[in-house]
Amino acid sequence: MSEIKIKIENLYKIFGPRAREYTNKVKGGIDKDELLAKYNHVLGLDDINLDIKEQSIQVVMGLSGSGKSTLIRHINRLIEPTEGTVLVDGEDITKLNKADLLEFRRNKTGMVFQRFALFPHHNILDNVQFGLSIKNLDKSESKDKAMYWIEKVGLTGFENKFPNQLSGGMQQRVGLARALAIDPDILLMDEAFSALDPLIRTDMQDQLLDLQKNLKKTIIFITHDLDEALKLGDRIAILNGGKLVQDGNAEEILLNPADEYVSNFVKDVNRIKVLKIGSIMNANGNKNESNPSVMIDESIENCLPTMLESESGLNVVDSEKNFVGVISKNNIAEILRKSKD
Amino acid sequence: MNLIEFFTSFPEMSAESLRLFKKSVDGAYRNFSAKYGDAIEAVFDPVLYFLVWFEKLLHNSPWPLVILALLGLVYLGSRSIYLTIGSLFAFLFIGYFGMWDDTMSTVSIIGVCTALTIGFGIPVGILMSGSDRARAMITPILDVMQTMPSFVYLIPVVMLLGIGKIPGLLAVIIYAIPPVIRLTDLGIREVNKEVLEAADAFGANRMQKLFRVQLPLALPTIFAGINQTIMMALAMVVIASMIGVKGLGQPVLKAITNQYFTMGLLNGLAIVALAIIFDRVSQSYGKRMQQHRAGANE
Repeated sequence: MSEIKIKIENLYKIFGPRAREYTNKVKGGIDKDELLAKYNHVLGLDDINLDIKEQSIQVVMGLSGSGKSTLIRHINRLIEPTEGTVLVDGEDITKLNKADLLEFRRNKTGMVFQRFALFPHHNILDNVQFGLSIKNLDKSESKDKAMYWIEKVGLTGFENKFPNQLSGGMQQRVGLARALAIDPDILLMDEAFSALDPLIRTDMQDQLLDLQKNLKKTIIFITHDLDEALKLGDRIAILNGGKLVQDGNAEEILLNPADEYVSNFVKDVNRIKVLKIGSIMNANGNKNESNPSVMIDESIENCLPTMLESESGLNVVDSEKNFVGVISKNNIAEILRKSKD
Repeated sequence: MNLIEFFTSFPEMSAESLRLFKKSVDGAYRNFSAKYGDAIEAVFDPVLYFLVWFEKLLHNSPWPLVILALLGLVYLGSRSIYLTIGSLFAFLFIGYFGMWDDTMSTVSIIGVCTALTIGFGIPVGILMSGSDRARAMITPILDVMQTMPSFVYLIPVVMLLGIGKIPGLLAVIIYAIPPVIRLTDLGIREVNKEVLEAADAFGANRMQKLFRVQLPLALPTIFAGINQTIMMALAMVVIASMIGVKGLGQPVLKAITNQYFTMGLLNGLAIVALAIIFDRVSQSYGKRMQQHRAGANE
C-alpha cells in the first residue's frame, strides 16, 4: 500500500535556449524573478523532490505560474527536464528512448486535461477508444473496454454523440473515461475540474473518490482550489515559484504551514470541517466512562453537536472501538482561536 | 564622371555587357534544353497518356452518358437537387451552342490538374507545417509562383518541352498549386495545441498524430485550398490555350484576335458555368465535412 510509485529527485526545469547553463545559477540561489530579469529565462521547477505513494491521491497545489502544470508534464515527459530524475516503479523515465517513451505513455499513464482536449472529429466512443486504438488493440476488444468505461462514468447512450453536443461536465467524464480506458497505473489530472461550475465540480470530485475506492490508481491531481485539494488529497504538495514549499496531509498543512505563502493559502479554510478529531485530541487523557465516544477520523464539525451536549468532553475511539484519547471543548476553542489570527 | 552626372543617371552596366549576359544565359539554357529536353519530356509521358486517355473518354462517350455521370458527381458532392438541375441546364446550354468538345477538353485538363495539385500540394503542405525551416524556404517560392506573370515562366517551359498539353499543364499547376500548399500548412498549424498534447499524452507517434488528428481536423481548411486551386486553374485556361492546350481557351483566344464578340462571350460564359459548378460542389462538400465535425446538425 505505501510503496513509492513515483519518485521525483532534484528536478529542475528552466525554459529558454540556454537552460542548462543557468541551472548552476539557480542552484546558487537565484530565484524565478531574478532569472527572468537578468537572463531572460523562465524558471519552471526548482529542485523538486517528491515521493508519491502507490494508490494514493497526490494533490499538487499552487497559484498560476507556480509550476504545477509543468511538474505533472514531467511525469509522462510531455516536458523534458533540464536536470534531475523521475523514477516510476524504479525506472528513470527521463532516460527512456523515443520508442520506450511512447510505450510508457500508452500503458502506464492516462491524462485528463483542464479544457478536456477531446477530439472534436471523433464521437464519444472513438474518443474513449483513442488510447486503445493507438496501441492497435483488437477492434472489438477495444470497443468493449470503451463501452465499459462509458458506462462507468454514466454516459451510456451518448457514445455516438460528438463532444460539442455534450455539456462541460459530460465532456470531462469522457476525458476521464478516455484516460481510464487504457487501464494506466498512473492517472494525471491537470486541473481536471477547474473549468466546471461548482455543483458539477463537486459531483465529479465525489465520482472520482468513488471510482478510486475500487480502482486504486496512483493519481496526481493538480488544482489551485484548496477545498478541492483538501477533499481529494491523501497528500498535498504546495508549489511556489517553481519550489516545493510543503508536502504533507491536510492536517499537517493546516496546523503547521511551512511558510507564510502556505499560511496565506490556508487562512480561509474552515478548519472544523477539514480537521479530524485525531489531530487535536489529547492522547494522554483518561477515559471518562460517563462521556459519549467519537471516532478518531470524524471531522470536528460532525462531532460538535455531541460535544456541546456533553459535560466534560468526549472519549475518542479508533475503528476497533479501542480508547485512544479524549477531547475537550478547550481543544476545539483553541483551534477556532488559532484560525482567527 | 562628375558628381551631378552620378546623381541624375543611374550607374548601369554597359549595353554590351548586358547583351552578353542575356545571350550567355539564353545560350546556356538553350543548350540545356537541347540536351535534356527529351529526357524531361519522357518523365511526363505517363501524365500525357493519362490526359489523352481521359480526354478521349469524355469525347468519345455518348454525351447523355457523360452528362449523367457529371450530374451524378455534382449530386454526390453537393447533395443539392437545385444545383444538379442548374448544372443540367448549364451543360445543355453548352452543348446546344456547339461548345461540348471544347468543354470536355477543359474539364479533362482541369480534372488532371486538380488531381496532380492535390497529390503534390498536400504532401508539401504537410512538410511545411512540420518544419519552420521548410516553411521559410518554400514560402518565397510560392510567392514567386503566384505573382510572376505566367507568360514569363511559359518561355522556359516552352523552350524545354515545346508546345502542347504538358507545358500547358505545368503552367496551370505552377499557377494553381500555391493555395493547396498554403492552406494545408495553415490547417495543420491551426489544429488545437491541447488536442495535439492529448494525442501525445496517449503515446501517439508522428504518423498517428498526422493521420488521426492533424489531417482530419485540417480537412475543412485544406478543402478551401482545393477549391481555390480549381478556381485558379480555370482562370489559366485561356493562357494555357496560347501554348496549344485544347479547350474553351482556344475559341476565346480566336475571338480576341479577330474581334468576334459573341464567340468570346459564349465561351467565356461556358468557363464561368464550369467555375460555378466546380466551386459550389467543392464548397458544399467541404461544408458538409465541417458540419460532421461540429456535429451541429442534430
